[in-house]
Amino acid sequence: MTKVRNVIIAGSGPAGLTAAVYAARANLAPLMFEGLNAGGQLMLTTDVENFPGFPEGILGPDLMKQFREQAVRFGTEIVTADVDRVDLSERPFRVWVGDDEHRAHAIILTTGATARMLGLPAERELLGHGVSTCATCDGFFFRDRPIAIVGGGDSAIEEAIFLTKFATSVTVIHRRDELRASKILQERAFANPKIDFRWNAVVEDIEGEGSVQLVKLRDTQTGDVSSLDVAGLFVAIGHDPATQLVAGQLDLDEGGYVITAPDSTATSVPGVFAAGDVQDHVFRQAVTAAGSGCMAAIEAERWLQEHAPGA
Amino acid sequence: MAANIVTVTDATFDEVVGSSDTPVLVDFWAEWCGPCKMIAPTLEELAVEKSDKLTIAKLNVDENPETARRFNVMSIPTLLVFESGKTTEESRRIIGAKGKSALLEDLAGVIA
Repeated sequence: MTKVRNVIIAGSGPAGLTAAVYAARANLAPLMFEGLNAGGQLMLTTDVENFPGFPEGILGPDLMKQFREQAVRFGTEIVTADVDRVDLSERPFRVWVGDDEHRAHAIILTTGATARMLGLPAERELLGHGVSTCATCDGFFFRDRPIAIVGGGDSAIEEAIFLTKFATSVTVIHRRDELRASKILQERAFANPKIDFRWNAVVEDIEGEGSVQLVKLRDTQTGDVSSLDVAGLFVAIGHDPATQLVAGQLDLDEGGYVITAPDSTATSVPGVFAAGDVQDHVFRQAVTAAGSGCMAAIEAERWLQEHAPGA
Repeated sequence: MAANIVTVTDATFDEVVGSSDTPVLVDFWAEWCGPCKMIAPTLEELAVEKSDKLTIAKLNVDENPETARRFNVMSIPTLLVFESGKTTEESRRIIGAKGKSALLEDLAGVIA
């Protein structure tokens, strides 16, 4: 069995990697399981214009590469694997990757959030055949074709604008009559001649054999169903916290987010800290995730000094 | 890129994939695709560990749109597996980023 680590970090978005930088600089020799979706949601974006320190903007994957390099520079050990199971019932905590068992005095959970899907059978069948959750990956394949995107938040509108580089038209399908996206994005979208909107509409079904041909929309006010001919449907209806790993072991709120103490990243289990989107249903920004990752590392360090001295 | 990985293009696809003694896994990728970058290290590991059972080839869809169109690739990363000597139809289609264990499951039977 391997030796007990000071701290294991699960997840490698801005929260996890910032926690790693701070923990490594505090000589805690952190072990990080960066997961299959290493880098987190920013890996699926293009230009990040609101991360301080990058006046010209920076590509999401490039930003995460720099985060990672900084964490590694100070001695973070990074393993490219998902954590499969944890046991937080006794200390040292236990973490499994496949059959490999790891132990740590403290855990920092930064598993983030995963894209929400519509939940239609056709969506699953046509995923990768016209249905996509990654505009930056798949927009390219819809050059000169009409497409639609579902959602009304920042991600949906950012992606809609991005997709106009390729598509002949981008229809934003939104279940309300106004967008949740920031004003600057709304203004850009309204000014873009390739973008139009279907308000108060939800996707009822997606049709096509081997590729998307049309989506059926239901008007939430009238109940009327109509068809929209599109070659692609992008889904950007938000995210759910990735807390399956700790369900039943940490207190979660009704949305599935890890509950943390006020002004703290402490969870319901002493020694387990949570940072970033896994515990934040309010801000969900790269910079707030990074901030809470810093908090988690500092709190873990203090906790270790008290509860695992000499570790 | 690892030495065990070959690059294929629209021009060389048929020749390289068709003349392989082992099944060929073609990774359809692009520079601007985050998840493609996520799976790249796993593919490099497989290329080394399974070099006797599988050839791993990379095809940049940006530079080689014809082949992507030919196989109806509409999302990346997409991994297509071609049995030895076959170039007309893939035997496996794996869409989206996956971890190594999930990828090995998907490749069961191709690389025992």
